[in-house]
Amino acid sequence: MTLTISGARGASRQTLRMPLAIKMCAGFLVLIALIALLAPILTPYTYSEQNLIKRLNPPVFMGGDWAYPLGTDNLGRDIYTRLVYGIRTSISIALLGTFIGATFGTLLGYMASRRRGLVDEIVMMLVDVQAALPAFFVAIACVAFVGNAVWVFILLVSLEGWERYTRLVRGLVISEHGKPYVQAMLALGASRWRTDLKHVFPNISSALVVQATITFPWTILLETTLSFLGLGVQPPETSLGQMLGSGRQYLLQAAWIAVIPGLAIFLTTLSMSLFGDWLRDRLDPSMRGR
Amino acid sequence: MPFVMIMKTLRALFTLLICMTLVFVVLRLSGDPATVLLPDDTPVEVQQEYRRQWGLDRPLPEQYLRYITGLTEGRLGISFAEQRPASEVVLERLPNTLLLGGCAILFALMLGLPLGLFAALRHNTKFDRLAMGLAVLGFSLPSFFLAILLILLFSLKLRILPSAGSDTWAHLVMPVVALGAGLMGKIARFTRTSMLEVLGQPYIRAARAKGVFALRVILVHALPNAAIPILMFLGIEIGLILTGAVVTETIFAWPGLGRVLVTAVAQRDLPVVQAAILLIALIMVLSNLTVDFLHAAIDPRANLFRGKHE
Repeated sequence: MTLTISGARGASRQTLRMPLAIKMCAGFLVLIALIALLAPILTPYTYSEQNLIKRLNPPVFMGGDWAYPLGTDNLGRDIYTRLVYGIRTSISIALLGTFIGATFGTLLGYMASRRRGLVDEIVMMLVDVQAALPAFFVAIACVAFVGNAVWVFILLVSLEGWERYTRLVRGLVISEHGKPYVQAMLALGASRWRTDLKHVFPNISSALVVQATITFPWTILLETTLSFLGLGVQPPETSLGQMLGSGRQYLLQAAWIAVIPGLAIFLTTLSMSLFGDWLRDRLDPSMRGR
Repeated sequence: MPFVMIMKTLRALFTLLICMTLVFVVLRLSGDPATVLLPDDTPVEVQQEYRRQWGLDRPLPEQYLRYITGLTEGRLGISFAEQRPASEVVLERLPNTLLLGGCAILFALMLGLPLGLFAALRHNTKFDRLAMGLAVLGFSLPSFFLAILLILLFSLKLRILPSAGSDTWAHLVMPVVALGAGLMGKIARFTRTSMLEVLGQPYIRAARAKGVFALRVILVHALPNAAIPILMFLGIEIGLILTGAVVTETIFAWPGLGRVLVTAVAQRDLPVVQAAILLIALIMVLSNLTVDFLHAAIDPRANLFRGKHE
């Protein structure tokens, strides 16, 4: 993979030439980030506030009233408020999970590349095991028996895709070390730490960013799937998956309870995937036009 | 058997052993299953008896040894909830999941392959963009959301398909679509990339130059070469199908492995969770191994049947 600093600079110059669809994706992602950040300011109610007289109120566009613009659920809770807080929870968990997974995977990959031999063998074996048993199943087993305290849940979500970073970093570091500039740095007397931190890492970072844009939607899907099955975020807390899961029982009377958070999940993962694809094309010209 | 394949098989077995150990460690980390499973007011003697009966009072290393030897003899413990062997509970549901997963893969191939193929042949045209848009839509729609949309449309609005159960073939339609759509999108995109790569190769130009029919170039010269990475890709994506099966089976009340797993987790039925997870790991490892062998059989360059130095 040829990812050089000049490639990264070229990309930053081209960011203004985004196609319209990518601009829309980026805009939507910014919107989601803002919603997650500003949740308390944006919402008229609290996410667990019930109004039992106003149960299963339809949204405005289906004949509801403006007090509950996106309608209410089976307990008379405002869907709009719950949606905003659901986005906040899901995005926070996914961001944290992606970050922890990326850091953990990168460190392991780096370790494997520096200490070949036994450490390398053990790390790659772990990677094999993770590849053989999808993170989803590890998470399901752990959630059931260790429980789903929030921090456990975040750690489990971070399992999604860590092995990809490990493989990627290990391969890239080894291949960079075969290149003349690294040899030159080492010959000039720079320490290995300095060489890796100041020269190798910046050169492989764009590949890591691309990997993160690929993993992030998976992390969202892992969280929402587990919460959907009732194994993730627990009531009264809310997340997009949990809203969808509990709304499933009311499809006949009040489809909006499930469809609205479902749309939010779909649009977020779709925007992220498209944006990630575009970014990969920018950063890795050899993949362009595929 | 050649050396490389023996190594691959050994590695697969080793991966399985690690999975077994991990499952054991995780399930025991949680604390005492006896207190979790029995009601709070159960007398201490009954709890003790329970622990003794299930071997939960033994030291961990002994539990582990019993567990591993038990596994090699096919004993996976007794289901707490159903009072019969966990392996039985899990295995009797396996055919249903294989049927659902197999149909979903078939659906994904039958739709994804042609879509990707034509997108590659009509590279950078409207059809290409439409096909790729459909592909992205396919794998961005989470299976649980797609499932709910399908139920809304076909069960509640049009009333032509049953929303739950497994009695007739009609029950299979929506779960298969919900499960296969993601894979379909990925296959379409992957086929397109793979075909574009192959179509750019000199041997395709050579075949065209010597006057081979266009259709023959595609079917005989290009497709078999493009099929190899697609096959490898399918092996990797088995995990996606299994994960999706858990969700789709739960939504459509399809009596398969995934539904057993979710129910067992909800009831904290340790042995069944264990058996289900191990069976899933076994399926994954076996399918990856099969793909490796198939790859070696199809592609003479894969070199797996020969030693390194031959």
